Amino acid sequence: MLRWPRNRVLLLLVVLLAAALFTLPFVSFAPNRLVSGQPVMLSRLLRGAGWLIPLIVPLLLLLAWQPLNRPTLILTLGLSEILLTLLVALGGHAAETLAGQGSALSRTSFGSGLWAAGALCLLIAADSVLRLTHNGAWRLLLNAQVWLPLILLLAGGQLDQLALLKEYATRQDVFDQALSRHLLLLIATLVPALLLGVPLGLFCYRRARWQATIFSVLNIIQTVPSVALFGLLIAPLAGLAAHFPWLARLGVSGIGLAPALIALVLYALLPLVRSVVAGLQQVPSGVRETAAGMGMSRGQIFWQVEIPLALPVLLRGLRVVTVQTVGMAVIAALIGAGGFGAIIFQGLLSSALELVLLGVIPVIALAVLVDALFNIAISLLERKTL
Amino acid sequence: MIEFKQVSKYFADKAAVDEIDLHIAAGEFTVLIGTSGSGKSTTLKMINRLVEHDKGTIQFAGEEIRGFNPQALRRRMGYAIQSIGLFPHWTVEKNIATVPGLLNWPLAQQQQRIAELLTLLNLEADLLHRYPHQLSGGQQQRVGVARALAADPEVLLMDEPFGALDPVTRGVLQQEMLRIHRLSGRTIVLVTHDIDEALTLADKIVLMDSGRIVQQGRPIELLTHPANDFVRDFFGRSELGVRLLALGSAGAAARRGEWLETSPIAAEMSLREALSQFIARQTDKLPVVDGKGTPLGVLHFGDLLRQRESA
Repeated sequence: MLRWPRNRVLLLLVVLLAAALFTLPFVSFAPNRLVSGQPVMLSRLLRGAGWLIPLIVPLLLLLAWQPLNRPTLILTLGLSEILLTLLVALGGHAAETLAGQGSALSRTSFGSGLWAAGALCLLIAADSVLRLTHNGAWRLLLNAQVWLPLILLLAGGQLDQLALLKEYATRQDVFDQALSRHLLLLIATLVPALLLGVPLGLFCYRRARWQATIFSVLNIIQTVPSVALFGLLIAPLAGLAAHFPWLARLGVSGIGLAPALIALVLYALLPLVRSVVAGLQQVPSGVRETAAGMGMSRGQIFWQVEIPLALPVLLRGLRVVTVQTVGMAVIAALIGAGGFGAIIFQGLLSSALELVLLGVIPVIALAVLVDALFNIAISLLERKTL
Repeated sequence: MIEFKQVSKYFADKAAVDEIDLHIAAGEFTVLIGTSGSGKSTTLKMINRLVEHDKGTIQFAGEEIRGFNPQALRRRMGYAIQSIGLFPHWTVEKNIATVPGLLNWPLAQQQQRIAELLTLLNLEADLLHRYPHQLSGGQQQRVGVARALAADPEVLLMDEPFGALDPVTRGVLQQEMLRIHRLSGRTIVLVTHDIDEALTLADKIVLMDSGRIVQQGRPIELLTHPANDFVRDFFGRSELGVRLLALGSAGAAARRGEWLETSPIAAEMSLREALSQFIARQTDKLPVVDGKGTPLGVLHFGDLLRQRESA
């Protein structure tokens, strides 16, 4: 009799994984980047270590019926990781063989089957990590190591023949510029946002009457679509730069960095001010009262009691703001602020999917990385006080 | 030590404290008691200027408290409250050393003082490096009291310090407060709404109602000579007798020179608890021993009746 599996999440993911692998194209091959690619199925590409792929999938399926203990979970994590590595390696290998048959202009890219299967492998790994440990730092570490074999493949040149990396190779300097511009946008947004947002949050907290007004103004800003806000800033800034030439000499103009940074800072303010207020509000009133009662000055109460206790909430807000800014900076490319958005829009306009991915993947990676760094900082802070 | 003269405090034009006169003598354990909204907490907080008085004068050590820098004034007074207010991000050690730290005591002196306080409050040394959330409610409150006592303050102000504790822990901590008061002879002002707590702890009870002092004096005076019906009702007509008994101790009432070979009671036991023992053990004589276990004498059931005259 067939028993109901213990790990139903795993069952679902493996079934989807098998479907993706065997019904969707594994890679697609085009003789040049202007024509759309021809799908190539996994069955045509299986050779060498690749034969392990159809073996691992049923193994993972069987694991769904095993008791949910540490060895099973470690095995699931390990198998999903090996599977992911094999899939990517096979994709890279396929690109190499297909490139040998075509010209230097030929393009091989991952097919929907490979993308879906890769994502499902990551989900399986993440699910096992989630069940394996409750410790935040361990979870991060285990999730991070999943990427290690892929980075090794990349660094070892195994994936060089993929369309994505061919695009990267021809545009390396553009990519590097976009990266530094994107980071500049991020830092140049966060610093003024903090300098404005923290005092504004303090003001809102101390003067409760003003809180509603300030929040509603910030809310309105937040609801303006980003493209519209970027557009709205063009006219006034261009006007300012025309009237005051010294502003133009400082680099202020209707398009470019200035309007992008203004808009990004404005968007960052609401979550930041909110988190400052929320952080200060959750400091217990008894703590504040005894601090005053023992003879701490206002400054001492603020720096030694209120700030450390509000910091985890403030960092959570800052994390949201940072991830949001990484994403929104992409749109700023529309008004000439540069960054990965420039690559993405160029790809979209010339319908070059690989180019779009070349811009999107680093943005996602940056967002995930920043998020993880903030998580580590927050969990380190809270280990003491929770 | 602390002298209130015609002191009033208004919140939104309503008097929270209304022209009170109050003298808190040095070394006295004063308990402010009353219903919620009677102004007892406001009165306490006016002493360390967490609440500023609007009318009248409050003198501390002979000077009007407005003449002091508020921070300097507060550092001369210990302060402990019900929700304890321990700093959750600081270890127990750092919490206790708050005021010595503010006063820039040398580190060695701080360490020595912390060690003394641990002994005084029966706290284990290995708690020092824990964080407040890792302690039990009773331990947290002990740390709160230790912190309030850390810089050897001239006055200890306590706002319902044991209100959130279970009855057993509360009782133990009340006994410890009495012991600390006896040992140090420190001036203590405590706010509570718990009548039995007030009777156990107070040298002097100040009963407040709607911002005014209704009666102040020794506990026995308030019980035996209530100024009006409010006082009589507050201390509970029906329980007046047992509350009177709560003021006397078995040791003081025992007849010396007598002895009985049955399990004895401790000299510190209140006569109220002794009454309970008489009933529970179905007897009318109980032997009493002192803290070291030496026989003191025998308490007779009839002795309970004579307490009123002797007290």
